[in-house]
Amino acid sequence: MNVTEILFWILSALAIASALLVVLSKNPVHSVLWLIVVFFAISGHYILLNAQFLFIVNLIVYAGAIMVLFLFVIMLMNLNTDTEPQKNKWLKVAGVVAGGCLMLVFVAALKSSDTQQVQMGEGNIGLIQNLGKALFNEYVLPFEISSVLFLSAMVGAVVIGKKGD
Amino acid sequence: MEGLMPINYYIFLALALFCIGVVGVLTRRNAIIIFMCIELMLNAVNLLLVAFSKMHHLNVLQTNPATNVGTDAQLFVFFIMVVSAAEVSVGLAIIVMMYRNTHSIDINFLNRLKH
Repeated sequence: MNVTEILFWILSALAIASALLVVLSKNPVHSVLWLIVVFFAISGHYILLNAQFLFIVNLIVYAGAIMVLFLFVIMLMNLNTDTEPQKNKWLKVAGVVAGGCLMLVFVAALKSSDTQQVQMGEGNIGLIQNLGKALFNEYVLPFEISSVLFLSAMVGAVVIGKKGD
Repeated sequence: MEGLMPINYYIFLALALFCIGVVGVLTRRNAIIIFMCIELMLNAVNLLLVAFSKMHHLNVLQTNPATNVGTDAQLFVFFIMVVSAAEVSVGLAIIVMMYRNTHSIDINFLNRLKH
C-alpha cells in the first residue's frame, strides 16, 4: 500500500460514511454539514486524480457557494428535528429496498467487467493551462451560452422569490 | 503521489454514493433534503467522469506521449457544475416560495398538483 492507495481508502470511507449521515440525520442543518464533508472528500479524490482545476471549482462552487445557500435557506425557515416530516415506516423500508436493488443490479452487472488502470497523481490534462486552452478555443460557444443560462437562472430566481404577485 | 488504481474501485465508490442519493430521495419527505440528495448523485457522476477521463488518458498515452485526450471529459464535469449551480438557485427559490405559501416543506403538499 503506497500513500495514494491509503488516501484513496480514507477518502472513500469518509465520503460514504458522510453520505449515509446526510440521509440518516434527523436535523436538516446536520445533513447540510455532512454534505459539505462529502464534497470535501470528493475534492480530495480530484486532487488524487490530479484534476486541480476541478478540485478548486468543486471546493468554491459546491462546498462554498451552493452549500452556504442551502444553509441560509434552512436557517431562514428555522427547520429542526421537531418540524421534520417523517414518512411512515413501510415506505422507508420500501425505499431502502428499492435503492439496495438498484445497487445490487449495478454491482452484478459490473463486477465481472475487465479492469483498466487509472492514472493517479500525474498527467497534465487536469491542469488549468490545458483546460483553459480547450475551454476558450473549442468550447467557447458553450461557455458563453452558460453565461446566458446563469443570467436567466438569476432572473428566474428573483421572479419566483419575489413577494406578492 | 503517483501510481495506478483500478477503475473498478472508482466505479463502485461512485455507485455507492449514487445509490445512497437514490435511497435519500425515496425515504425522506423534506424537500431540501431531497434536493441535497440530488446534488449527491450529481457529484457521484462527476467523480466517475473524471476517473474515466484519467483512465482513457492513460490508455492513449501509451501510444502517443504528447496526447491531451481526456480534456473533454473534465470540461463536461465543469459544465455539469455550472448547470447544477443554476439549477440550485432556481430550485431553492421554488422551495422558498412553496414554504411561504404552505408554511411547510413537506413534499407531500405537492401532490395537490395532480388535481
